[in-house]
Amino acid sequence: MTQYSKRFDGRKADELRPMEAMVGVIKRADGSAMFKIGKTVAFAAVYGPRALHPTYMRNPEKGILRCNYNMMAFAGSGDRVKPGPNRRSKEISLVTKKALASVLDLSEFPNTVIDVFIEFPQTDAGTRCAGITAAVMALADAGLIIKDMVSALSVGLVGDSVVVDLCKEEEDFEGGAVDIPVAITNKDSKITLLQLDGLIKKEQLFRALDLGKEAAKKIHEVQKKALLEKFTQNGI
Amino acid sequence: MVSELKLYVESLLNKGKRTDLRRFDEYREPITIEYGVSSKSAEGSARVTLGETIVIAGVKLGVDKPYPDNPDEGTIIVNSELLPLSSPDFEAGPPDVNAIELSRIVDRAIRESKALDFKKLCIKRGEKCWIVFIDIYSINDAGNLFDAANLAALAALKDARFPKYDTETGTVKYDERTEKHIELEKMPISCTILKIGKNFIFDPTIDEENSMDARLTVATADNDTICAMQKGGETPLSIDEIKTMVDMALNKREELLQHLK
Repeated sequence: MTQYSKRFDGRKADELRPMEAMVGVIKRADGSAMFKIGKTVAFAAVYGPRALHPTYMRNPEKGILRCNYNMMAFAGSGDRVKPGPNRRSKEISLVTKKALASVLDLSEFPNTVIDVFIEFPQTDAGTRCAGITAAVMALADAGLIIKDMVSALSVGLVGDSVVVDLCKEEEDFEGGAVDIPVAITNKDSKITLLQLDGLIKKEQLFRALDLGKEAAKKIHEVQKKALLEKFTQNGI
Repeated sequence: MVSELKLYVESLLNKGKRTDLRRFDEYREPITIEYGVSSKSAEGSARVTLGETIVIAGVKLGVDKPYPDNPDEGTIIVNSELLPLSSPDFEAGPPDVNAIELSRIVDRAIRESKALDFKKLCIKRGEKCWIVFIDIYSINDAGNLFDAANLAALAALKDARFPKYDTETGTVKYDERTEKHIELEKMPISCTILKIGKNFIFDPTIDEENSMDARLTVATADNDTICAMQKGGETPLSIDEIKTMVDMALNKREELLQHLK
């Protein structure tokens, strides 16, 4: 493995990029949030519980969750990307849904759907994680029952270094990089999203997950602060 | 069948009042334009707010072959999406007819006003020219996406800088942005006016849009030139009414233009 001792932006191995979060940014939605980490910006909006069509998809036991991840046509690096869903965005929508469904209690809303829409005006790696982090804030903003908050980030290997929150330059590092997006619950640090592609030694993977667990707590603080800011403003 | 909402909105207008207490010719505040909201990835970008309505537009610059009938010209391609994120009324999927209408109104205002000199987008006659992609996204639809989209598109164009073009390899170097702007020769400003009953109002809210009889979007290229129009709604307008609405749009032009300065 190529040596990678100093990070592109000078961060420490376990240091996240600067974060900003805001809740209630989309007034027409039932819940919404913006989450920014480095130059990646995610907007999330929640609509529902609302009637689900077609009716055969309804679940009489509980509400269902639908997620839609989308990058704006100008938000990639390089050429304009063709708008609309593609294989990548469909898979990310799916894993996003799984990551959120595990903390959401929809048993009180049978036959309905909760729609989560996630949009990116600008990206710089870690989009699916930023999307999940924003989406769970939007779900909380919508007043839904969340069993435990989740915070998502990528951990991984750049060259021979285990780091958290890879930026685009690190993902594209010539000496090789392994990107592992994870979503971690706050109270008991359980994993609700985990993907990996690339070669990584067992010890490195374990260390990456341990670093991720600690870093997720810092993201959680930012999420909590944003939610508290909105709801204390409204005097609730 | 007239809806309860329309009865309410119209009866209030008949008394000279709007649901949010604005004057008939008053735009919502704040009107804000934030440039460079996607400066890492887009060559130009802007977020525009009209009251609670939020729109983001981005410009990407690509290089392609000119159309055979205009071998010395580049072009613009406008696309807009009414994101389901921005309203409970929008559905996921490819742009529907309303999104297409929005794109085409913005496109025509820019194209027909000759805001961009397409000849300046030519790199090599018959071979290479710049294509200006303008992508517009609704973030919160609280009414009047037409005017917000127009402002956002112009602001994103104003913000744009050309990336470096390597003539030898024929590739665009997106990571090397130059200082060169897209020159805007004109500023086509769009004003949308609704007719509800006998009343004419600017900058409608969602409730007003849902109560409209007719809609007229008028894009003006300068203080006495119109560059694009589009009528909406199913109630006809008289020629005198159209003249009134065109005058209203021309008079409003300067006020909206100030926000782009």
